[in-house]
Amino acid sequence: MTLEGYTQQRVNIHLDTEKIDISTIHEDFCTKWIGGYGFGAKVLWDELKLDIDPFSPDNILVWAIGPYPTTIIPTSSKYGLFAKSPQTGLFGMSISSGSIAQQARRAGHNMIVFYGKAEEPVFIMFDDDDINIIPCKELDLWGKGCWEADEILKEHYNDSRLSVAAIGPAGEKLSRMGCVTNDRNRQAGRTGMGGVMGSKNLKALCFRGTKSVKIAYPKEFYEKAKELIKRSIGTATTKYRENGTPNGLASYNDMGMLANYNFREGYWKDIDILNGQYLNDHYVVKTCGCSQCTIACDHLARVPNDHPDWAGTVASMDIENIYSMGCDCGHSDWPAIMKGIEICDTLGMDGISAGATVAFAMECFEKGIITKKDLGYDLSFGNYKSMIRILEEMGNRSSKIGDILADGSRAAAEKLGGDAMKYSMQVKGLEFPMYEIHGMSSFAVGASVSIRGACHLRNGAYGLDAKGKFDRFGYEKPLERGKAIKKTEDEYCLIDSLIVCKFTRGIYENNQEYCDMYKYVSGYEMTTEQFLNNGEAIHNLAKCFNIREGATKADDYPPERFFTEPPTIGPAKGVTLDKKGYTSILEGYYEARGWTKEGIPTDETLKRLGLDFVIGKLPGGKK
Amino acid sequence: MPRHEFIVVDPDLCIGCEICESVCSFVHEGVFNPLLSRIKRVRIEPIVNIALSCQKCEDPDCVNACPQKALEKDEKTGSIKVNEDKCTGCAFCIRACPFGAISLSTESGIVLICDLCESTEYDEPQCIELCPREAISLKSVDQIGDENRIDAVKRLLSEMLEESK
Repeated sequence: MTLEGYTQQRVNIHLDTEKIDISTIHEDFCTKWIGGYGFGAKVLWDELKLDIDPFSPDNILVWAIGPYPTTIIPTSSKYGLFAKSPQTGLFGMSISSGSIAQQARRAGHNMIVFYGKAEEPVFIMFDDDDINIIPCKELDLWGKGCWEADEILKEHYNDSRLSVAAIGPAGEKLSRMGCVTNDRNRQAGRTGMGGVMGSKNLKALCFRGTKSVKIAYPKEFYEKAKELIKRSIGTATTKYRENGTPNGLASYNDMGMLANYNFREGYWKDIDILNGQYLNDHYVVKTCGCSQCTIACDHLARVPNDHPDWAGTVASMDIENIYSMGCDCGHSDWPAIMKGIEICDTLGMDGISAGATVAFAMECFEKGIITKKDLGYDLSFGNYKSMIRILEEMGNRSSKIGDILADGSRAAAEKLGGDAMKYSMQVKGLEFPMYEIHGMSSFAVGASVSIRGACHLRNGAYGLDAKGKFDRFGYEKPLERGKAIKKTEDEYCLIDSLIVCKFTRGIYENNQEYCDMYKYVSGYEMTTEQFLNNGEAIHNLAKCFNIREGATKADDYPPERFFTEPPTIGPAKGVTLDKKGYTSILEGYYEARGWTKEGIPTDETLKRLGLDFVIGKLPGGKK
Repeated sequence: MPRHEFIVVDPDLCIGCEICESVCSFVHEGVFNPLLSRIKRVRIEPIVNIALSCQKCEDPDCVNACPQKALEKDEKTGSIKVNEDKCTGCAFCIRACPFGAISLSTESGIVLICDLCESTEYDEPQCIELCPREAISLKSVDQIGDENRIDAVKRLLSEMLEESK
C-alpha cells in the first residue's frame, strides 16, 4: 500500500550531538494515528521517560502535520507541537496555522522529533532535504522578538516567503507560558511549547520546500474541494469572516458567559464598546487568511495615529485575547488590548494565559497579596497602562513580580502563598479561555476534562450550553451529556490530527465527507466507524499519558470560585456550580468513555480502541 | 478590435490565502506546488495582500528580452505563448518583466506564464473560480480606466451626486 498526501518522512534531531536520523513512518501508523495530535500522542507515550522535568533535555518535542498541507482543502496548512507541558506537567499540545505546514510538507517532512538540548542557542533551516543546525550567534538571533527574528531570517535567506516559527525572549527565559510565533500573527500558543523550545536552546525553525504534492484521486478531489471551498464561504462561517472571532463577545455576553474581573463576573458592563462590530467599525484595517484559508478570521486592527502611547501598533484581534487582556483585566480600552496582543506575539507569550495571569495579579493586588511596594505601581483592575507594563515585565522577566508571573497564575500563586491560589483561574495549571462557566454546567465539565488543562478546543461542549441542548443551570441527564461531550471530543481529535481548522467543522455535512476527502488525498479508504474509533483512541492515549504522569480525578475539577462565589449581575447572577451535580456529569462522561468512576480507561476500553500496549501501565488501572 | 483581458486582483479584497497559486499548479501540472504557479501571491506585512500574474502588456518586455525568440504574444488572446522547444530557461524574460509575473518551473526548467487556463481542460481561469473573496477578475485596460474614472468622479463630485438623488 502506498499513501499519497503523507510524506511518511520522520526526522529525529538530536540537538546535543547534532545527529540527524531520517526514517519512514509506516502506512499503518499513518492511517491509525492520522497526523498531528495522533502522531504527537503516540510518540510521547512510546518514548517519553516518566516524571521528567519538562525543561530538562529528557523532554521530547514533536512537530507534526497530517496528509493535507499544500492541497486546497480549506484551512489545511496547520501544524502541531507536542511535549510534556511545563505549565501543566501533563500532555502539552498546541496547534498553529499560517504557512509553516505547507512549506514543511513540500520540503518532505511529516514529523520532526527533537531530543536533548543544543550546546548553545541554535536555529534550524529545513531547506528541502537539507537540514542545518546553525548557531544563533551567526545572526545575533538570541534575544530577539519573534517578529524581528522572522525578518532577520527572511533577509538572511533572501526569501520573503521563508516560513519561520520562532520563540521570543519569554521562551528563551523559560516562561512556562512561552509560545511559538509564525507568520507574525499565528501562534502555537498554549501549554508552553515555546518554553520547551527555549529549554532546548532552539530559537527558530525555518522551512523552505520545493517539492510538488500529488494526491490519490485528483478528479474526485477537485470536485469535492470546490464544493467545500464554496461551503466554507457560506453561512457556516459568516461570523468568522465578517466580524471575526470577536463576533462572539456580544453573543456570549448576552448569556452571561463572557468572563471578566478574573471570573468573578460573566456579564461585561461595557459591551457597547467591547464588541466585534465596534472593533470592526473603528479599528480593523484588514482581514488576512492563513495559507489555504478561505475564511480569514484574522482581523488586523490598528491603533490610530493620534494615540499618545501606541500609535501605529497593528495586532491580530481574537476573542480570547480580547477577553484576557480586556474585560478580564477590567477594562475595554481597545488600543491597550492591541498593544497587549503585540507584546505577547513578539515576546512570545500565550495571550490567553498571559492576560488571565495579569487578571489574577490584579485580584491579588486588590487583596493585598501583591502590593504597590512590590511593583512600584498600581495594578488595580481597569488600569490598562499597568497591564501593558506588567506584560512586558513578564515577557522579559525584568522585574521581581514580572518574573513570578511569567510562569502563569498557578506557579505564581505557589510562590506568592497565602490565599493566592484561590484566585488562579485554571485547570491543571492552564488558564481558562473566555467562557465564564458559573452557568455552564456542561462546559464546566468539558473544559475541565480537557487533556491540556482549561480549554475550549478539546471539545465543543460550550455549544451544549450556548445552544441550550441541556439546561445549563441544571444537571439532569448526566450520561447523555457525557456522551455529547465525548462525541465532539472524538471529532476534535480527528480535526487536530488531520489537521484542519475547527472553523471549518460546519462545512462537512457528515463524517463520511471527512473520510471521502481523506481517501481522495491519501488513497486509503476508511469507514466512519474506523475514523471515529481512531479519534477516540487518540484521546484515550493522551488521557493515559496524563494518568501515567499522576493526574487524577481531582485534576478534572474547576477552581472553587465556580462552586462558591456567584456572579452579581447578568443572566448567571446568583448562580454557582453544584459540586454534586458537577460530579454526576463528570462521572456520566467517564461512563460514556468506558472509564472507571475515577476516570481510568478500563482494559476492555483500551482493547476496543487498539490500545493494548497501554494495559498494565496505568497506576490505579485494572492490571 | 477589443483589447485583451488579463488577471486583475483587488488588494482590498485579497486575503492572501494562496488558493489561486495552489489551484493554478493543480490544473496546469496536476500537482499542488505554488512554485509551479503562474499567479503569485505577494504579502507585505502587516496588511498588504495581492496576487500578480501576466498583465499581457501591449509591447511586452519579456518577448523583446528573449534571446531564443521563444516567447510570442498571441494576437487573438493576448497571452504570451512559450515555445517549449526554444525556451532554454535562461530567465531573461523574468528579469525583464516589471511585475515579476513570470517564473521558472522547478520541474521542467521552462518558464511559466499565465495563459488564462487556455491550455487546461477548463473554460475559465480556475483562480477566478476558486478565489474565496472574488478578488480576482478578468479585465482589459479600457475597463480598468473606465472604472477608475467613475470612481474618481464619484469622489470628486460626491456633493453633486448627493444632490441629484
